[in-house]
Amino acid sequence: MNRRARPGIARLQVARQLITTQYAYMLEYRAEIALWALSGVLPLIMLGVWQGSGAAQRAGLTQAQLSHYFVAAFLVRQFTVVWLIHVFEEDTLSGKLSPYLLQPLQPLWRYFAAHLAEQATRVPFVLLMLLGLALLNPSLLWLPSATQLLLGAAAIWSAFILRFLLQTLASMLCFWSERAAALDRLLLIPYLFLSGLVAPLETFPEPVRRLALATPFPAMVDFPARLLCGEPVDVAKGFAVIALWCLVLALPCRWLWCRGIRRYGAMGA
Amino acid sequence: MPLALVPWHPPLWGHGGMTIQRYARSLGLFWRTSIEAETEYQLNMLLELLSVLGNLAGSLFVLSLLFSGENSLGGWSWHEALVVLGIYTLLDGFTSCCLQPNLSKIVNHVQQGTLDFVLLKPIDSQFWLSFRCLSPWGIPALLMGLSLISLGLLKSARGVQLESLLLGTALLMSGALILYSLWFALAALSIWFVKVWNATEVLRYTLVAGRYPLSAYPAALRAVFTFVLPVAFMTTVPSQALLGSASLEWVLGSLTAAAISLLGSRLFWQYALRHYTSASS
Repeated sequence: MNRRARPGIARLQVARQLITTQYAYMLEYRAEIALWALSGVLPLIMLGVWQGSGAAQRAGLTQAQLSHYFVAAFLVRQFTVVWLIHVFEEDTLSGKLSPYLLQPLQPLWRYFAAHLAEQATRVPFVLLMLLGLALLNPSLLWLPSATQLLLGAAAIWSAFILRFLLQTLASMLCFWSERAAALDRLLLIPYLFLSGLVAPLETFPEPVRRLALATPFPAMVDFPARLLCGEPVDVAKGFAVIALWCLVLALPCRWLWCRGIRRYGAMGA
Repeated sequence: MPLALVPWHPPLWGHGGMTIQRYARSLGLFWRTSIEAETEYQLNMLLELLSVLGNLAGSLFVLSLLFSGENSLGGWSWHEALVVLGIYTLLDGFTSCCLQPNLSKIVNHVQQGTLDFVLLKPIDSQFWLSFRCLSPWGIPALLMGLSLISLGLLKSARGVQLESLLLGTALLMSGALILYSLWFALAALSIWFVKVWNATEVLRYTLVAGRYPLSAYPAALRAVFTFVLPVAFMTTVPSQALLGSASLEWVLGSLTAAAISLLGSRLFWQYALRHYTSASS
């Protein structure tokens, strides 16, 4: 087929090929992905602690609201995991990035497709864990309405793009430093404590809550989790905040990529 | 498996003082060389310090949220809960210093076939794999953990008593042994499933549960954290002992669990090696 004549269709084909090959690749590592899925139980552990403390009721959350929130946060966490920097660091250090640069495709798309494929591989494991939760205590789960589900899925996916962009920004440092992944460990700290992953934002003292909301982190967990579990939330504003942060992050990413690629001397330079 | 690769196990605890001396001398050499190699990355110390401080601040923040308007968490006062968090931080430092730099490499050895060389060395392979490296990057966490424990103990109602300190230290060591055995057994799984390179990371994520006293969890989780993933023996039991409220059954349970898991890791490794087929065969 003539690619020049129909660039849109050609692009779609590239995307489909990328995702299907990456999916086949990820399926090979399903044991590892199952372990990764298991490592996302943090919100459920935190649910256990919060259930035993009266602090959540004091902040105006009922037991049902609390458990639904944390189960939703667990789902959000499962499908917004980004590990770009670890792979990208290895690829720049070992020179594996070089052949990707020769191809007529921005290499970051390849990593993006790998993440999507990994999420698809996770689905059965996450369903299995939800089934386990349902068997353990059915009141932990709830049946979201179709709109909740659709909006929630859209929010999770936007949150994933936001996290991907944030890590892309950190990954660009790989062109300048050999241990850029260490920086990501620092970025993980505010994500862990300010996003709502370990404590619902309602329980924060007001000044800390305002500080948290000024960062992109609550948009990564708190907003999608709330949408999913049916808590009242400003939908339009939430999506607008994510879009704004994406824009704020995408511009420096692009700039650093162009500068970095000029610095990149393949291997060992 | 070629005959040359049949693992040779020199007795670790046998044949008089010579063996122990040889192992001690090797250990000294191992640790000196690995510290020298690691200190080349000095910026890492700063990053590590920031990361420990940030994580500690975050943990204290969440703990303060759990305590807001309450005066206990599962029957533990704020200062008592600080001891638990301190022990968690201490064990995290131990993980960064001793466990992570060694045990995360087992997977690479299996994947690249370099385990063959380890098995050929005239030294016990579990000893070599577990103690070859010592990394200084856990030191900030070790120091923070110790200060948090001291703070909690000094401010807690019971104060510091010598016998509780001794018992607590003993139980802390047995907790560390359990942690080591778990890590080692998970890393040894790579003999069968080459790509479990992050199984140990998974362990690190689930051990986060040890930040809070066991009684803060609902009954079902308590059972899991005692029998399946024994975080109870790592943080809660030593904290109880340090605070002078140890109970006989928990002390015995902890010592038994440590003995069983250590022996288990040893037997598991020997069993795993029988299934090792080298990288290309």
